Amino acid sequence: MLAIRELQASYGAIRALHGISLEVKEGELVALLGTNGAGKSTTLKSICGVLKPTGGSVEFLGEDISGKKPETILKRGISLVPEGREIFTSLTVAENLRLGAFSSYERGRYQQDLEEMFSLFPILKERFAQPGGLLSGGEQQQLAIARALMSHPKLLMLDEPSLGLSPTMVDLIFDLIVKLRERDTTILLVEQNAERALKIADRVYVLNTGTMEFSGTPQQLESELDIEAVYFGGADDSSCEVTL
Amino acid sequence: MINGEFIINTLSLGSLYALLALGLVFVYGILKLVNFAYGEYLMVAGYAMYVFGTFAQLPWYVTMVLAVLIAALTSYLTELVAFRPVRSKSLNAMLVTSFAVSVLLQNAAVLFVSPRSRAVPLPPAFNQSVTLLGVTSPLRNLLTIATAVVLLTALTLLMKYTVLGIAMRAAADKFTTTRLMGVPANLVISVAFIISGFLAGVVSIFWVGRSASVEPLIGFAPLLIAFIATVIGGMHSLLGAVVGGFVYGLLFNVLSIMLPASMINYRDAFMFVIVILFLLIRPEGLIRGGYTEERVG
Repeated sequence: MLAIRELQASYGAIRALHGISLEVKEGELVALLGTNGAGKSTTLKSICGVLKPTGGSVEFLGEDISGKKPETILKRGISLVPEGREIFTSLTVAENLRLGAFSSYERGRYQQDLEEMFSLFPILKERFAQPGGLLSGGEQQQLAIARALMSHPKLLMLDEPSLGLSPTMVDLIFDLIVKLRERDTTILLVEQNAERALKIADRVYVLNTGTMEFSGTPQQLESELDIEAVYFGGADDSSCEVTL
Repeated sequence: MINGEFIINTLSLGSLYALLALGLVFVYGILKLVNFAYGEYLMVAGYAMYVFGTFAQLPWYVTMVLAVLIAALTSYLTELVAFRPVRSKSLNAMLVTSFAVSVLLQNAAVLFVSPRSRAVPLPPAFNQSVTLLGVTSPLRNLLTIATAVVLLTALTLLMKYTVLGIAMRAAADKFTTTRLMGVPANLVISVAFIISGFLAGVVSIFWVGRSASVEPLIGFAPLLIAFIATVIGGMHSLLGAVVGGFVYGLLFNVLSIMLPASMINYRDAFMFVIVILFLLIRPEGLIRGGYTEERVG
């Protein structure tokens, strides 16, 4: 479904991605792991068009989408739940969701979609008329995910959905991701919470300072790579040289 | 001193300034650009009234509609031709571009029309006076208030209840995230410029209506007023612009009646003192917006 080949990206003179490759097949839940500054968010930004790649290609459903505008890529079926949730704080929950459906709006279906979101995220029904800024962190994350789902994405990308949330909220968000996966949503999940992500992912990639260190199943990762080394530093190069 | 005449004068002046400031903030909210060519949209509308009224001899209402449409079109074209190509560069590049557009349009008026002012034919109603609730005032003032009420209501409805309005408010808040919802960047920016030019055109009718003439530099004073009003009211919300416009009108009229005759010429100096005080004490303006300062790239 999504195939990234030799993707390069930089912020000015600083190169953030040194030619990474990654693939997401239809119906899969793929986790992209790595430390701070490894290039996870940069990868997602390059896919959704916020950042123009400086090299390589991003192919989605057989079409090259690298360098296209964010609004075009959304229409092709990729929706991003951005890091930090990025709720429109001055807009109500209702307005946030309405914008999520900007490209997919059909009068009949919209109400149906809303009902579906209410069943997945009951809190949003309660908060429907309130400004997004008054929601708690966990509620905002739910709104961000619901907003992204309103466009009926073929591929949902989540950037650190559990970041800064209370443990109960983290549980709720991960349960939700599992639920979405069971509804056949294809998901690319970026997480710092590697342990939780590995439990639910079909396949996993590990990024380290802009290069792909590992790709395989969670079981392979656990056996072949010292996760703690990747996450808490102290990993010498040899311990990270795992290829498949 | 606070009588019916004062109230109507203040509401009328405030209405005009509120519309003026609103036009400036529509573009600022989304692009974070103070468009210094804003006054020139007003000038273009003035010349449109002059050309269509004097040479084409069209009826005044047709002239006015055309003038407003031409101001909106001019604003849109400046966005398309001048601002869009430099949008992804720096904010400074856009700021300099707006000065360039301003100078270009002013000199176009000097070259193709005249450096001297031209008389603009006005509808007869503009010079009539009416007596309402025992207060006699120029009909023009009442028309200004009525226009502001209609336009502010329409814009409120547009911003609150249409998807486009919601998208524009979202874009003023978080531009990139708005694009991630599938909202085209060019759409919201173009609409902001069109609304901005439209408001400049409407204000132009009443602005030009005061002196019944138009000259190449007519846009400077309204630009300054719009800018000051947004400093007073707050640059980060549409409500701030409207409040700023009315507060400006009120302060100006209060100064007009409070200052002794010998000091009335220094009215503008007093206005600037008030602006400086605002910048020192409350730089965010009367209305704090929740918006972040994200740059559009």
